[in-house]
Amino acid sequence: MAEKEFEPKIIGFFCNWCTYAGADLAGVSRLQYPPNIRVIRVMCSGTVSPHHVLRAFQKGADGVLIGGCHIGDCHYLRGNFMTIKRMRFLQDLLKFTGCEAGRLHLEWISAAEGPKFAETVRNFTEKIKKLGPSRLKLAARAA
Amino acid sequence: MKTRTVWILGMAAFLLSIAVISLPVSAAPPTGNVIGPQGHGKGGRIDDRKDPLTNQLRALRKEAIIAKEHSKEPLDAAVFYMDIRTHGKEFEKYYWRARDEFGVRFIRSRVHTIDAVPGTDDVAIRYLKEDGTLETEHFDMLVLSNGFEVSPKVLELAKTLGVEVNANKFADTSSFTPVSTSRPGIYVCGAFQGPKDIPQSVMEASAAAAASSELLSPARFSLARKKPVFEERDVSLETPRIGVFVCHCGINIASVVDVEAVRDYAKTLPYVEFVENSLFACSQDTQELIKERIKEHNLNRVVVASCTPRTHEPTFQETIKEAGLNKYLFQMANIRDQGSWVHANVPEAATQRAKDQVRMAVASASLQTPLQEFDLPVTKAGLVIGGGVAGMEAALGLAGQGYKATLVEKKDFLGGHALKLNQTWNGEVVKPYVEELIKKVNDNPLVEVFLNAEVTDVDGFVGNFKSLVSQQGREIEVEHGAAIIAMGGHSYKPTEYLYKDNPRVFLSLEMDQALREKNPMVTGAKCAAFIQCVGSREPERPYCSRVCCTHSVESAVNLKEINPDMDVYILYRDLRTYGLRENLYKEAREKGVIFIRFDLENKPQVAQNAKGELTVTVRDHILGIPVNLHPDVLTLASAIIVKDQEKLAKLFKVPLTNDGFFLEAHMKLRPVDFATDGVFVAGLAHYPKPMDEAIAQAKAAAARAAVVLAQDAIRAGGVVAQIDAAACSGCQACVGVCPFGAINYKEREDVCEVNQALCKGCGTCAANCPSECITLFGFSHKQIYTQVDEALAELEAMEEAAG
Repeated sequence: MAEKEFEPKIIGFFCNWCTYAGADLAGVSRLQYPPNIRVIRVMCSGTVSPHHVLRAFQKGADGVLIGGCHIGDCHYLRGNFMTIKRMRFLQDLLKFTGCEAGRLHLEWISAAEGPKFAETVRNFTEKIKKLGPSRLKLAARAA
Repeated sequence: MKTRTVWILGMAAFLLSIAVISLPVSAAPPTGNVIGPQGHGKGGRIDDRKDPLTNQLRALRKEAIIAKEHSKEPLDAAVFYMDIRTHGKEFEKYYWRARDEFGVRFIRSRVHTIDAVPGTDDVAIRYLKEDGTLETEHFDMLVLSNGFEVSPKVLELAKTLGVEVNANKFADTSSFTPVSTSRPGIYVCGAFQGPKDIPQSVMEASAAAAASSELLSPARFSLARKKPVFEERDVSLETPRIGVFVCHCGINIASVVDVEAVRDYAKTLPYVEFVENSLFACSQDTQELIKERIKEHNLNRVVVASCTPRTHEPTFQETIKEAGLNKYLFQMANIRDQGSWVHANVPEAATQRAKDQVRMAVASASLQTPLQEFDLPVTKAGLVIGGGVAGMEAALGLAGQGYKATLVEKKDFLGGHALKLNQTWNGEVVKPYVEELIKKVNDNPLVEVFLNAEVTDVDGFVGNFKSLVSQQGREIEVEHGAAIIAMGGHSYKPTEYLYKDNPRVFLSLEMDQALREKNPMVTGAKCAAFIQCVGSREPERPYCSRVCCTHSVESAVNLKEINPDMDVYILYRDLRTYGLRENLYKEAREKGVIFIRFDLENKPQVAQNAKGELTVTVRDHILGIPVNLHPDVLTLASAIIVKDQEKLAKLFKVPLTNDGFFLEAHMKLRPVDFATDGVFVAGLAHYPKPMDEAIAQAKAAAARAAVVLAQDAIRAGGVVAQIDAAACSGCQACVGVCPFGAINYKEREDVCEVNQALCKGCGTCAANCPSECITLFGFSHKQIYTQVDEALAELEAMEEAAG
């Protein structure tokens, strides 16, 4: 069987008020981005717990993208402050587990930033493609 | 063979519109593909000034872009035009995209001749290029963009109703009462008021509703019947029985995603009892159908795979409620805005993604339990920020409908920028109107005005706001159910064209003042010039300020009336005297005003000599060589900007566009609402606009606010957090992170508790809890984990297991 090109699986947690709306705007504007992403809509980027992200990597995600409102613009005022704290901690934790840097990415994308959304997904998908399949996934499969 | 389609702007009375592509209202043409007669088409449009009603360019540019998208082979699209009129919010950027990204060719030319090409279905278009050379191009398809005209039936209706029409046969309205006809009690909105686009039509519709509401408010609810309360079926003991409805959305989804395959796939998923696909899931028929299916198959949860929940979730939730289900037993899979529209070139992958997102939605739905809502009282009062025309009209609009309005104005006077304006575009004098308006506001017992005041804090939510107004040191607490932001705009102060360096250089409002005061520098001038688009339609401010072309043309006509021998020049890029304002443009030309066109790359140069006399150098578009003008007065039509809006935006938690204007919930469908409930916007703070449009929008905002204020109660609850006291350790980590102070620590029980009336449903507490004992209803931990699992499940393995 021919060697299939590696197509990463990316999970996106996007906040309802900003990034998810930005994604919708990208759709209305017909901007194109790779179909590797699967989106979980949350009310706030602060809804995302480190456990949710870890679960994604455990289950085989090659990349996890979190999208929220810009600092100061959070629909719930300070939800995204928690997101930064958690993601910083998670980056360290993932490094500790041997996961390559860059597989977890946090981006502030507002409802008006359709083009930024599309570009973020494109760039992230490309980056993950180059990184290859997640080591956590391969390790779990080998076991 | 390349497809070449031509669009031609506007049209003469004898040319019939043969627009092959339907006029845009929805996202794309509902059916069919773009097929040129023999392959590809080129589209063109003729703009005919004979008909003073200019059509909306936006429509045809959108058609050009959509045609290019739909065409499988490369499509060359050309647009022939006289002026590009993209004066709407965000439209200028769309024009730039059409030109720069999509490669639509914009050819400024009044098409001379259209001939059939013998032996083919093609058309040959002969036109003069800007440099004077004659060009002929062949196109496969020609789209004519025709102007608006009032239909004879409507004119008959107007006559029957006693509604007067103006010279152009549109309803005769005053700039100051844009939705009132000549007959009291009969209001007008939309195209019969004048050619206009969708956002403007929607705004006017709400404005007309407000005007009617003011008349009818004493009788509110007197004939109303209560909507039947639908009995909610108790599904708590039932295993999930999910119905999945997959939408085609015309061809929006179906042209990329294999809808039937998604439907069939959904049938294989756990707990799915029924699947169906439909052309438009949101249509009235399909809504009824969904209700029937729920009853027929005893469904207790519904998943719709279609567009974005951000627009349509409430619609479907209402539907299932009417079928007896708790409205939260519903999930949507976004396979259009985040599916077919963004993966248009990879249909197989898009279909795969659709299937995965449906699988995730079904899994989440299966875990969903009914959620309860409860009622909160509504403060029947509104807060209006901004004491200009828009703010005052909004406050009076609220008062007229029977609600108390608090008007907060930063300065020590009411009236805003309208005090600097002489007249509206159709010659109506502004001063008496504004003075009358201020008097009405001050005399109205339901309106309370705070001058020298600012809103410094906003607490609460729709129906139950408590804001702090700071007035010269003291703080006043205002309770209100809704708020209208009408903080206005400002003139951009240019750093070019010698503004401020030379007293002969004016901004538009300064010229108005000079005319008002009969300043001899202006009245005695032998030559006057105007430069348009100063600061607008440039990279730093890529938007059109909408009012300036009309304002300059109006001032030019005034100058000619003061002295018919005065040389008056208007230097412009595109003349945007839209709609009925075209008559003004005609008048100016007839009076001898000279219009010279320049483009962004060749802006005019302004210099002064030792005596302070001005020389304006501009490359004349017809002669092709630079021309020197020596105006005694130069007016710069500078951009309209917003200032200090970030503070207010943060207080009310509402977004701004990249250009700094307030961003409404939806540009077409909700032009005065914000995504945040209970807050509305009107006037310049939303986007530059003339007085009649500001007044219409202010009334519209008052109408929308009244929808909130008319209710006796606001529902709360639903998507809120709940703490499982049994598992709570009382660590209070959640108390600290809640941005709304909605969580209390109960000392005696040593556990925390969420106040569900204050809870906004962000879930930050739930993500923080070390015991994971906080659940955000609708987005529980289990639901998120399940969605993650399902997103990453191997499709083949699932299909195998399903058999």
